[in-house]
Amino acid sequence: MKGSTFRPQDSFQTATDYRLLPFRFRRQDASVLLTNEVGEFEFVDGAQFNELVSHRLRPGATYNSLKSKHFLSDGDVRVPLALLATKVRTKRDFLSGFTRLHIFVVSLRCDHTCPYCQVSRVTQDKNRFDMSPETAMKAIDWVFCSPAPEMKIEFQGGEPTLNWPLVEQVVTVSSERAIAENRKLEFVVATNLSALDDRMLVFCQQYNIHLSTSLDGPADLHNANRPRPGRDSYERFRRNLELARTVLGHDRVSALMTTTPAALTRVKSIIDEYVSLSFDSIFLRPISPYGFAKRTGLDQSYGAETFLTFYREGLEHIIELNRRGIPFVETFAQILLRKILTPFSVGYVDLQSPAALGTGVLVYNYDGDVYASDEGRMLAEMGDRSFRLGRISDRHQDVMTSARLRLLTEKSCLEVMPGCSECAYSPYCGADPVQNWATQGDPVGHRPTSEFCSRQTGIFEYLFDVLRNGDEFTRRLFFAWASM
Amino acid sequence: MGIDVIAMIQQGVQGIPSAIGYDLIGKVCLSPVPTGERSEFIRLLRESDADDDLSGYVAVLSERQSFPTSAVPTVSAASFAHLAENDIVLVNSRGYVRTVVRKDSPSNSLFATDRCNSLCLMCSQPPRETDDRGKAAELIRIVSLMDPNTKELGITGGEPTLLGDGLFEVIAACRDHLPSTALHVLSNGRRFWYPSYARKLAAISHPDLMIGIPVYSDIDSLHDHIVQAKGAFDETIIGLQNLARYEVPVEIRIVIQSHTAPRLRQLASYIYRNLTFASHVAFMGLEITGFAKANLSELWIDPEDYSTDLEAAVNLLSTSGLNVSVYNHQLCRVPESLWPFCRQSISDWKNEFPPECGACEVKSGCGGFFSWNLKYPKACKIRPVSKPKLAAQ
Repeated sequence: MKGSTFRPQDSFQTATDYRLLPFRFRRQDASVLLTNEVGEFEFVDGAQFNELVSHRLRPGATYNSLKSKHFLSDGDVRVPLALLATKVRTKRDFLSGFTRLHIFVVSLRCDHTCPYCQVSRVTQDKNRFDMSPETAMKAIDWVFCSPAPEMKIEFQGGEPTLNWPLVEQVVTVSSERAIAENRKLEFVVATNLSALDDRMLVFCQQYNIHLSTSLDGPADLHNANRPRPGRDSYERFRRNLELARTVLGHDRVSALMTTTPAALTRVKSIIDEYVSLSFDSIFLRPISPYGFAKRTGLDQSYGAETFLTFYREGLEHIIELNRRGIPFVETFAQILLRKILTPFSVGYVDLQSPAALGTGVLVYNYDGDVYASDEGRMLAEMGDRSFRLGRISDRHQDVMTSARLRLLTEKSCLEVMPGCSECAYSPYCGADPVQNWATQGDPVGHRPTSEFCSRQTGIFEYLFDVLRNGDEFTRRLFFAWASM
Repeated sequence: MGIDVIAMIQQGVQGIPSAIGYDLIGKVCLSPVPTGERSEFIRLLRESDADDDLSGYVAVLSERQSFPTSAVPTVSAASFAHLAENDIVLVNSRGYVRTVVRKDSPSNSLFATDRCNSLCLMCSQPPRETDDRGKAAELIRIVSLMDPNTKELGITGGEPTLLGDGLFEVIAACRDHLPSTALHVLSNGRRFWYPSYARKLAAISHPDLMIGIPVYSDIDSLHDHIVQAKGAFDETIIGLQNLARYEVPVEIRIVIQSHTAPRLRQLASYIYRNLTFASHVAFMGLEITGFAKANLSELWIDPEDYSTDLEAAVNLLSTSGLNVSVYNHQLCRVPESLWPFCRQSISDWKNEFPPECGACEVKSGCGGFFSWNLKYPKACKIRPVSKPKLAAQ
């Protein structure tokens, strides 16, 4: 057969007119960022954008890229719609299985008096601020009411190691039950490490428990941020970190930091402290507007712009570290980049739509109250019980179908929230009705005056700027973070 | 392989038929087998072999010029030097003896049909119209004769899914007779557009099955042009989705030629976003035979002209955790960053190295050439890798 019997490319051309598939856009410098519901994105210049939306864009490289990413369709529209449907399902997989994260506040007591702390008490009164075994057993029943095949129990406080016998009891009982029900269950203890001992560590090792701890930076900053009797928080941290790593393995202990005003000028030394203690990541977190932070006014001590300057400086330092051959990750950027650069669902409960309240996370408080989120119970400690869903003695199904939880879920869908529904970053963002409520008195909130929104927008602008204009090394680094 | 040139192994040979009414399939034996087992065997007689009792064999192949006529189907007066014990051959009524399974080859494939519903510009096995009635039964017979210890088996064509449900009967036979053999089916995937067809395939529950399906572009019209079938892209993409829905492992195959090379990055990104479930993605160099030979001037692109795009595409997919390979490329023609992805992918019987490769330090890890590509100087530029270069790594 001769080559001439083959038909030329023209005869396979699809229609010359096209339809637009749903997308959002945002002008960024001279170009326009387009994003769609499944998180694909493309930059076009202003002229191309005007051609696109007025149906005058001609076939070519831009046309093909937009078609490939399902921003437009010129053939049988059922095909891109079927693919988009698959991709939406993949991206929203965090909804399948229902509540996966279960937080047990086993004690409100703590040996630290951190000014940014959301909730804690320095007291010896165990009866008032520790969870009782009866409450804990009922909470385990709640955990297993969730149909999720894989779940996580996180022990919070206060300082959960101060009520360690209960931690052990919850872990052993729920582990047995997980085996019986053929479910996968992980455990995390959020601890300042200061009361950690060998016995606890042996137990952690036995049940493969992960430790999540706090490190605010070099000794002086850490000790100033995290006061305890003896002013030795840092020293205890160092000592017990070594111990924990020896017993559990290096990667079973992770740390996160909170950005106090004193930290704002010291991002490099904070990161370097993490590197020198051979952590492979840091989570640069702003102060949350709850608890002591709210009471002391610390949450108002710096604005979104100040935080963004701190964050960008930190991220740039981390990129430089990687360039010098030191692998190190900024966890928040990594979470966002996963949302931007991968087709997968990201199970980070603080940034979802609808918000993870109840459907993704439940909090069992020491006193037997059940909350829709960790921040919700912090608000309650300040006297506002808006996010209290019920009591542990209530029936799970009644609480999970309650008007209150349905309302919270409805009010936390970015797709219909003013200021979010049209935002190009919304496929990668999340709703935080608790913070909106705490700062603006309304779960839906007002985006133009929201610190949360300003901070998110600033970080997204920065990340997309790197993806658009950054050097090859940084773009590949971001892609590697997203894929880790 | 320790030798430079592997002699082209003959796939078929013509002899003089006698008493053959229809296609016969059997395993080659070089010495007598007990009478009760002969219904699986085709007895091969060398020139010097003594006469013995030949009753009960499926057929006899004789290298002698004249052979006494008997009731046993016979092909004589041909050289069968290429055949080995337990090779499986098909003998037709015209006296043509085709090897269908070589016992000692790691890369055997069953040809399901010569027909195809696409007409790819670079097809290495140009399709032709044939009557496929009885084809499934023939393949099932071959499968039943195969050694259950066989590691891998391919099913190719033409387009195997044109056998319809017959393909499923063949795959079920593989499941039953060759349960530990990895089965690799090459299909254009278009028929899996029908969910029921994908569902039926999945229902066979073959323990180690992979369907290799080409996707040549992220743009429908470009893919359709390459396969010369309008609407093929849509059918293939939805077909892949259907296979994934029923949890059938799929491999994406991309032949790199002048039409596919410019959008390799975009295609990789499309695969990552839409075909994330792929078990393997293979980027393949052009095999200059069949239509690729006829269309060579239109299709040829030098690896040097696409290596940056290939590198980016492979990098994107492998960083994302997908399993990626580069087939049919010579190590000296691709960037060293791609070496870990290069496989020795060319079937032994069509794999060769030109003499210049003799001095190369990385030859033992190189995929070499398709024998027929060596006839085209532009397709076999090489620069043997020397020790200093390796040391500099």
